[in-house]
Amino acid sequence: MHNHTTAHPALAHHFDSLDQQQEAASLGMWVFLLTEILFFGGLFLVYTIYRGWYPQAFASASHHLDIPLGTINTAVLIGSSLTMAMAVHAAQLNSRKGIMVFIVLTMVLGTVFLGIKGLEYSHKFHEHLIPGLHFEYAAEPQFVRHAQIFFSLYFVMTGLHAAHMIVGMGLMTWMLIWTARGVIGNGYYSPVEIVGLYWHFVDIVWIFLFPLLYLIGRHA
Amino acid sequence: MATEFPAHHYLNDGYGIKSWLLTRDHKRIALLYLIAVTFFFFVGGAFAVLIRLDLATPPGDLVSDDTYNQLFTMHGVIMVFFFLIPAIPAILGNFLVPLMIGAKDLAFPKLNLLSWYIYIIGGLMGVYVLLTGGLDTGWTMYAPFSTRFSTTRVVPAALAIFVTGFSSILTGLNFIVTIHKMRAPGMGWFNMPLFLWSTYATSLINILGTPVIAITALLVAVERLFRFGFFDPALGGDPVLFQHLFWFYSHPAVYIMILPAMGVISELVAAFCRKPVFGYSFVAFSSLGIAVLGFLVWGHHMFVAGQSVYASLIFSMLSFLVAIPSAIKVFNWTATMYKGSVSWQTPMLYAIGFIGLFTIGGLTGLFLASIGVNVHVTDTYFIIAHFHYIMVGGTIMGYLGGLHYWWPKISGRLYPEGLSKLSAAIIFIGFNLTFFPQFILGYLGMPRRYHAYPPEFQVLNVLSSAGASILGVGYLLPMFYLAWSLRYGKPAGANPWGASGLEWTTTSPPPTENFPVTPTVTESPYHYPSPVVKHVA
Repeated sequence: MHNHTTAHPALAHHFDSLDQQQEAASLGMWVFLLTEILFFGGLFLVYTIYRGWYPQAFASASHHLDIPLGTINTAVLIGSSLTMAMAVHAAQLNSRKGIMVFIVLTMVLGTVFLGIKGLEYSHKFHEHLIPGLHFEYAAEPQFVRHAQIFFSLYFVMTGLHAAHMIVGMGLMTWMLIWTARGVIGNGYYSPVEIVGLYWHFVDIVWIFLFPLLYLIGRHA
Repeated sequence: MATEFPAHHYLNDGYGIKSWLLTRDHKRIALLYLIAVTFFFFVGGAFAVLIRLDLATPPGDLVSDDTYNQLFTMHGVIMVFFFLIPAIPAILGNFLVPLMIGAKDLAFPKLNLLSWYIYIIGGLMGVYVLLTGGLDTGWTMYAPFSTRFSTTRVVPAALAIFVTGFSSILTGLNFIVTIHKMRAPGMGWFNMPLFLWSTYATSLINILGTPVIAITALLVAVERLFRFGFFDPALGGDPVLFQHLFWFYSHPAVYIMILPAMGVISELVAAFCRKPVFGYSFVAFSSLGIAVLGFLVWGHHMFVAGQSVYASLIFSMLSFLVAIPSAIKVFNWTATMYKGSVSWQTPMLYAIGFIGLFTIGGLTGLFLASIGVNVHVTDTYFIIAHFHYIMVGGTIMGYLGGLHYWWPKISGRLYPEGLSKLSAAIIFIGFNLTFFPQFILGYLGMPRRYHAYPPEFQVLNVLSSAGASILGVGYLLPMFYLAWSLRYGKPAGANPWGASGLEWTTTSPPPTENFPVTPTVTESPYHYPSPVVKHVA
C-alpha cells in the first residue's frame, strides 16, 4: 500500500484499512455461526420430533445420564467462556501476557470438560448404553427401542459438540503462536475476537444440550 | 479500441505449478475450479451417455439392473454436487465478484483457496466411490435403503457430500462478506450489477441450507456404520423425517443452481440489447424472494410420502408463489429486449435459449405444484424432463452464456464467433430433442429409474437418445474452440462487447490486483447511451 504512510503490518494487501479488515473478519465469523446454527438445528429438529413421539422413553433414558458430572461440566464451560472473554479484553488492551494467560486457562477448562465427557462416555460403555453395539435396557424393557434413539442423539449431539471444542482449542493454539510471534497484540486483535465468538457459540450449544439431554426426566 | 495484449496480467504473474496451487488470486482460483468442474461435468455426462444408450431399446440389455441403478445415481450425484452447484458461483462468481465491485480480491483469499481444496477432497472421495463399488441409492439417498439395504459405498458417498458442502458454504460466506464490506467507493447496493444480487441470494441459501444436508448425510453415515437409529423404522426411526431433512436442503439447492444463471442472463440481456435491465429493483429483489420462498416449498417433493393433506395443501400453495418472482425476471428480461438494439452474438443466443427453456421448465413446475397432477406424474419421466429444463436448459445455458460472455475477460482472447454460434444452436436443438419427448413419456406413464420399458415407448426414447448424442457434440465443441482460442484467438481488448460494468474497464486479462487504481463508481451498472447505438462486433 503506497498511499498509506504507516500501513499496519497485519493489514492484508486487498483491504484499505485495518478497520475494514477487522469488520470483514467479524462479519465472516457471524455468518459462519449462522451456518453452525442450521447445522446443529438439524439435530435439534430430530431430537424434537422423537421426544415429541416418545416422551416417556426419553424421560426414562435421561435418568441414565450423570447429572453431577453434567452440572460440573456446565460450570466448567461457562467458566471457560469467562476466561475467553478476558482474553479478548486483554487483546483489546494490547496485553500479550494477558492474552496468553487467559487463552491457556480457557484451554485448561476445555480439556477438563472433554476429560469429564470422556469419563461419562466410558460409564455409558460399561452400562451397555451404546446403541447398536451391546445396548441393554433391562430395567424398563418396554422403552428399549426408543431409548436407543435417545442415546443415538446423545452421542451424536455431544460428540459433535466435543468435536467443535477440539477445533476451538486448535484455533486457540494458533492464537498463542500468533501472540508469541507478535502478530497479535499491537492494535490487531480480530483473530482472538472471532475465536472468542466461536467459543461462546460452542458454549451456548451446550447450554441447550444440558437441559434437553440431562434434565428432561427430572421435572415430574 | 485497444486490441493489444497487456504486458502484465494475472495469467503471466508467475508460471510454476506452485504459483497456481498456492495462489490466493480469485481469478486463478476461478480457473482451478473451471478445470475441476469441467472434469466432473464430462464424467457425469459419460454416465448420461450410457443411460441413454441403454434406453434406446425396450429391454434392459446393455447393462445389468444393478449397474443401471449405479449409472443414474452417479450421474445425479456428480451433476448436482460436483457440477451444477459449484459451476457458476465458484467459476464465474469467483472471477467476477471482486471485479464487479471494484475490489482487489475476495475478503478471504486463503479461505477461497481452501474452499477449492475442500471441493477437490470431496471430489476425490466421489472418485473413490466410483472406483470401489459405486452407489445405487439414487442421488436422493433415501433411508432405510441407503442405511441398511444398499450394498454399495454409501458411507464414503455421504461423507463426500458432507465435505463438498463445506466448499459451497465457505464460498458463500466469502461472497457475502465481500459484497458487504469490499465495495468500491460510490457503489451502493443499487449500483451493483444484478449478477451480484443473485450471487448474494445464492450465498444465503448456501450458508443456511447446506449445513442441513451436511448433518443429514452425517446421520445417514452414522446410522449405517453404528446402527444408531435415526431413519430406519426397524430401529425405531422415521424414513419420512429423512425426506424432510433432505428436501429442506435439496429443494433450495435447485435455486442454488438456477439463481446464479438468472444473474448471468440479466447481464447478458442488458449488454446485448444496449439497455438498462427493465425494473432493476424488481429483478434484484426477486432473487431474494426466490431465496426466501425456496426454503418453504420442500414438501412438494413428498405429496405421495404420507405427508398430511393440510401440509400438502400449504406446500402446494407456497410452491405456486415461487412462480411470481421467477416470472418477474422473465417478463423483465423480455421487456428489456423490447425495442432494444439486440445483437445476436453467441452469449445472447444462450440468453434467449435460457429464457425460453426456463419458461417451459418453470411452467411445468406449476403442473407439479398442483397436487392432483403431481400424484399422476410422480416418479415418471415428466419430473425428469421438468428438472432438466431447469438445470440443463436453465443453469447450463446460463453457465455457457456467461462463460462465452466473460471468456475474453478471463483469457484476453476472442473465440471463433461462427463456430460458437453453431454450437449454441446444436445445444439448443439437441437439448429439446433429448428432453421434450420425456415430458410425453412421463405423462404416458413411463417411470423414472427403470431401464426396461414396454415397446410402445421406444420411438420417444430413441428420439431422446438421438437428441442426447447431438447435445453431447454441442458440449464438446466449446471445450475445443475455447482451448484453441487461448493460443490462437485474437486479443480481445478491454471491452470487446462495448458493455458497461466495472469488469470491462480493466484490461483483458486483468492485472493481479484487478484495477491499477481503486475505481470510484458514479453511474448505474447499465449506463448505456440513449438513443441506442448500434453495436459493432
